[in-house]
Amino acid sequence: MDHTTPLLTTRGLRVGIADRTFCRDLELRLQAGESLAILGRNGAGKSTLLSVLAGLREAQAGEVLIDGATYARLGARRSARVRGWLPQSRSEAFSSTVLETALVGRHPHLARWDWESEGDARKARQALAAVGLAELAQRDVQTLSGGERQRLAIATLLTQAPRLYLLDEPLAHLDLNHQIATLELFAALGRERQIASVMVLHEPGLAARFCSRALLLFDDGTTQQGSCDEVISTASLSRLYGYPLREVGDGAQRWFMPA
Amino acid sequence: MPTRRRALLILAALAGLSQLSIALALMVGSIPISPLDVLATLVDNGGGVAGEVVRSLRLPRALTGFACGGLLALAGALLQVLLRNPLADPYVLGISGGAGIGALLAIILGLGVAGVNGLAFTGALGAMLLVFGLAHGEGGWTHSRLLLTGVIVAAGCGAVVTLMLAVAPEDRLRGMLFWLMGDLSQTGDPQLVLILLALVLLVSLPFARELNLLARGADVAQALGVAVRPLRRGVYLVASLATAAAVTHAGAIGFIGLIVPHLVRLATGNDQRLLLPASVLAGGSLLVIADTLARTMLAPQQLPVGVLTALIGVPVFLFLLSRGAPCRG
Repeated sequence: MDHTTPLLTTRGLRVGIADRTFCRDLELRLQAGESLAILGRNGAGKSTLLSVLAGLREAQAGEVLIDGATYARLGARRSARVRGWLPQSRSEAFSSTVLETALVGRHPHLARWDWESEGDARKARQALAAVGLAELAQRDVQTLSGGERQRLAIATLLTQAPRLYLLDEPLAHLDLNHQIATLELFAALGRERQIASVMVLHEPGLAARFCSRALLLFDDGTTQQGSCDEVISTASLSRLYGYPLREVGDGAQRWFMPA
Repeated sequence: MPTRRRALLILAALAGLSQLSIALALMVGSIPISPLDVLATLVDNGGGVAGEVVRSLRLPRALTGFACGGLLALAGALLQVLLRNPLADPYVLGISGGAGIGALLAIILGLGVAGVNGLAFTGALGAMLLVFGLAHGEGGWTHSRLLLTGVIVAAGCGAVVTLMLAVAPEDRLRGMLFWLMGDLSQTGDPQLVLILLALVLLVSLPFARELNLLARGADVAQALGVAVRPLRRGVYLVASLATAAAVTHAGAIGFIGLIVPHLVRLATGNDQRLLLPASVLAGGSLLVIADTLARTMLAPQQLPVGVLTALIGVPVFLFLLSRGAPCRG
């Protein structure tokens, strides 16, 4: 495994806004098939870090490599064939159908004068089916509920078919059923297609169950990372959230509740 | 999502409409000319007085009107994407205000058509650079910041225009008002503005699919492989130049840039690959028809065409708004 290029590497990464630093000297290496959960309090810089990892925002120091190359070297188009990004929120200014919205994921795969082919439409429909939106393909996106919009955003990402998924709160607005379905979807992609994923989560139990590794962003700008078994514990989480937590479990799964 | 075939069919239909509108403009007027005679005057340069009227009066005016309508509609469609606001129009960023100051100054100074056009274009460029410079502060621009800056600059220009109207000599007022309302009666050679229209469309079309993504948000577009920064600057530049060219030739004709992309979007969806060329054809046709009405409705009195586009545009727009479909702010 060590011979393959990691899908995501950071070297000496410092991320912050103005004079506030969220993390410094961050060294990440994420191989194909791995998944990393980012945990932290509100305002700890999870989304900012994720958008730096996605190449949408400049780091204060250090560099981000996807598949061994910087975003600058790859350019926007080739980058989009390697990594996909799920925004925390999105708004649609114009109406369009659900299918049209999922189809925009094909953009980085199409040449300048290409129109979306039947094959592209099939990929989009498969993606919609994977998130349970197949029946809504012709609906106007502006009429969707919050959870449906979130699943549509995930379907757009699946249509894009990158190898590295950067997911900012993928479970936002989703009911319990769809939360687990979404996490299982990305876990299956990791097993079967060797994708790597980074996801911002608020539920340490789900992180421990579905991710191989975790990164904790503490309020003071320090970080802790490692396998979920090492990093996710009552001690570290109580420090992370500033509230005492208690672990309950049945041996197979672990859950953390406010004490 | 329209297929390429469907898009071509729609464009072909609109091209037919454009030709009809121009044909109508050539036939109708103080001297009615039959379709066959129009054709004859165009083909063999003959036709006596009728031929002169068609070739040196009606045709240049119709073609200029078509080009200006097309430029305004295209600029409106581009700005609606850039500002992610379906209610944006080419004048929202103050370009027509700047052009207005230049043109009125030229009229007060008693300059000829060339002087009016020259100063109008200078004013438009000035407003465009001012808005771009002010909106492009630290941290790049967001669409709301650009929009606010444009609206404020436009308001400032409006005040200066009013001031100029207040102090202008009586005999110049009529010309100034006509310019402000948009007027095609002073048009000259349509060649330049037609070439500009073709150029602007040719420059925009290769980026149409990227504009589809930009309409969904800058970050989303960037993550899907669009180089957002250069694209936004390019769109701003192209839309501004298109507006400046149209305003310079025909004055501040309202509503074409707002209504036409809106109507086309309602009819065919928001795919810029179809929306941009369709808006050009529809906008051009609408302005040619409006101008034909403007010079015939109260003939021999000529109305400023801007009044007619507004009279057509306002009810259509209110109707669209009341249907409440895609017009979320």
